[in-house]
Amino acid sequence: MGTQSRGIDQVLIAQDLACRRAERLLFRDLNFTLRAGQAMLLRGPNGSGKSSLLRLLAGLLPAEAGTLTWRGQDVRKDRAGYRSDLAYLGHLDALKPQLLVQENLQFWADLIGATVPVENALAKVGLGTCAAFPAQHLSAGQRRRFGLARLLLKPVPIWLLDEPSTALDASGQKLALDLITRHRAAGGIAIISSHDDLALPEVTTLVLGTGTPSPGNTGPGITAPGSARGAMT
Amino acid sequence: MNAFFALLRRDLRLGFRQGIDALVVVLFFLAAGALFPFALGPEPQLLARIAAGIVMAMAALASLLSLDRLFAGDLEDGSLDGLALSPLSLELVGLAKVISHWLMTGLPLLVAAPLLGLLLNLPAALYPILLLALLAVTPALSLLGGLGAALTLGARRGGLLLAFVILPLFIPILILGMGAVSAVALGESPLSALQLLLALDLAFLALVPWAMAMALRQLLR
Repeated sequence: MGTQSRGIDQVLIAQDLACRRAERLLFRDLNFTLRAGQAMLLRGPNGSGKSSLLRLLAGLLPAEAGTLTWRGQDVRKDRAGYRSDLAYLGHLDALKPQLLVQENLQFWADLIGATVPVENALAKVGLGTCAAFPAQHLSAGQRRRFGLARLLLKPVPIWLLDEPSTALDASGQKLALDLITRHRAAGGIAIISSHDDLALPEVTTLVLGTGTPSPGNTGPGITAPGSARGAMT
Repeated sequence: MNAFFALLRRDLRLGFRQGIDALVVVLFFLAAGALFPFALGPEPQLLARIAAGIVMAMAALASLLSLDRLFAGDLEDGSLDGLALSPLSLELVGLAKVISHWLMTGLPLLVAAPLLGLLLNLPAALYPILLLALLAVTPALSLLGGLGAALTLGARRGGLLLAFVILPLFIPILILGMGAVSAVALGESPLSALQLLLALDLAFLALVPWAMAMALRQLLR
């Protein structure tokens, strides 16, 4: 993959991030640093804020507090630039059942200015033979594979993946791991939430808790470690 | 610009694949309008006098029909996240949605309007100005409708709420549209009413995409 040079500047730094959803503080004082080629696995029970953290990192959700720095600059200063450097795979697949699989992917390709042909991306995730099917006939696992294909349309340095392995069969899980590994080898950063034990080498794990501390609580009421660095698994 | 047309093309394709949306709008427009001759009784003169107004009011109602799905599909399947993260600004996303709404609702209504005029005994002299007025009215309806769709997106019973929010805003547009038609009926120039309508269209075109983007941004949080 032709991800930009592994410059020293390709560092994603979160400082004292906090996130509030519907009056509930999901986490706070979250700190981590991810350099080119590094990956972070988000763990924690349902409702602990894994998806919210990913949405926050994607810029879809404003942070309650804290700053996110990419390439040495606060991402709020250049939202468009940061957006073009990341790919976000949510837990929904953004598939239109009325369109063919290929048409679905072609739309996203045109939207983001893809550099990889749609056919190649589909072939890489094992959907090459389904390209001309209406998307409504795809199984849950195939829909997930389509989500992975979207990631492959354009090489970007940051991948934010929300439960990428859900509904995937054994070969699909291996595919997801391979893609993440290749992305990292090309100097990419990956942040992944997962309930499955993804066998990723040298990955940082960040455990989010279910704590519901009141806003006045000053103690470390949330199990997120002050720094996620070093917690290698 | 490629991204803008990609979205427009996809939405139009979705509309055509579904097929029924534009057809339902037109059928509703004709069927609801065709009720009036029966409800009013056999009075051709009365009907001829109010025919243009019925066509205009039915066009406003019919354009509401597909509005609640304008953004809803993209919200439900996660496409809206992808659109928000794409290089295309949410302002242009909204504008593309409005244009596709007009192409799939306003344009078919324009085509069907003469047929309803025929059913309602519309005087022959009023057809050109009615179509001209509708041509100026329907973009404003689509723009305001798009704003309403963005504002009520995600709300429970959003479709009903949408009607309550948007119908009052349609009133000045209908008044101006009918102003143009009645001017011609009275032998006067419809120019001032049409110019005001055009000014409204342009003002909405400038303001509505911004307001839609703000509404969508709030929703995605």
